[in-house]
Amino acid sequence: MTRRSVAVGAYREGLPALSASLVGGLIAGVVLGGMRSDLQAVEGLLVLVPALLATRGNVYGSLGARIATALHQGLLEPRVSEADERLLRAVTAAIANGLLASVFAAVVATLALVVLGRPGAGLATFAAIAVVAGLLSGVALATTVVLVVFAGYRRGYNPDTLVGPIVTTAGDVFGMAALLLAVRTVAVLGGG
Amino acid sequence: MPTDWTIRAITRAMLPVLLVLTVIEIGSGLVLGSFEGDLLRYPSLLILVPVTIGTAGNLGSVLAARLSTAFHLGTLSFTPDDETFAGNALATVALALTVFPVVGGGAWLLAVATGGAALDPGTVVLVSSLSGAVLALLAIVVTALATYVAYRRGLDPDDVVIPVVTNVCDVLGVVVLFGVVKMVV
Repeated sequence: MTRRSVAVGAYREGLPALSASLVGGLIAGVVLGGMRSDLQAVEGLLVLVPALLATRGNVYGSLGARIATALHQGLLEPRVSEADERLLRAVTAAIANGLLASVFAAVVATLALVVLGRPGAGLATFAAIAVVAGLLSGVALATTVVLVVFAGYRRGYNPDTLVGPIVTTAGDVFGMAALLLAVRTVAVLGGG
Repeated sequence: MPTDWTIRAITRAMLPVLLVLTVIEIGSGLVLGSFEGDLLRYPSLLILVPVTIGTAGNLGSVLAARLSTAFHLGTLSFTPDDETFAGNALATVALALTVFPVVGGGAWLLAVATGGAALDPGTVVLVSSLSGAVLALLAIVVTALATYVAYRRGLDPDDVVIPVVTNVCDVLGVVVLFGVVKMVV
């Protein structure tokens, strides 16, 4: 393979997926724009936003990459009906690690705000929001990643090119929507 | 070489990196928080933030996933004239120059639609395009370094490289975006 053919191939494979993720990112932006009152109500929430969104990308990007490599190596059948315990364990590990990292983010954000003397809603509120958002987005994202990567692979797409944009697109949209739901749920329950 | 598919093995491979990256992301959040007043005042900037960061992260993660699989399949050599790496790096720059102008235009249109565009469209497109060009170059450097370090340490690139690249792009995205905004606006 020459440099040029590699570049042309990568560009053609990358562009449709990137375009889809662009739409996802803009939707997430509009949701964030609509959360201005929530951002003002829960002081310091904005500090938590990149960490929570990135955790989704990290955990489910790694899950997707793991599945993509296994498909390439012929270690996994791209059908949910033939899913084995290994896939189930990979999904469980992803959701558990996502929750751990979310709670950790709440702790670090609270500490950082206290150290910097900036206003913050407090550990209980942050942690409650992180757990609810982590669970909601985790279930939605694990399902999306497995289904879309399998379906894409069966139709002849390279799963490597699918994983990144799918995870960032779905991660942005589901992550932001889950955060919105979590903030309002916690507020109703009296934590906000 | 690939991690066993057990909860313990996956957690051991993933969690330490994940916690370090979370701390870095809080740093990114603190940068955002320091501009919270501006972001709440100009919704157009709020809309631009996730899509710019997300697109930068995507560029890096596509490159990282392709290098990671090339590594697993044994077609990546880690020499400076490696065709697989050079071709993919070139595609990354081309993709950035295609996508980021559209990101800027889209963010401006949505800001207008939701009633809050404070900047003219040319400025928003310029901010987005400049940020994208800088972020594409940074994404290539970060991806190459992360893949190489994973390879030298005997780590599975699937577990390490994509998270590192995406998060570094997130943080750089916030920093570069506001650097460019301060320069241009």
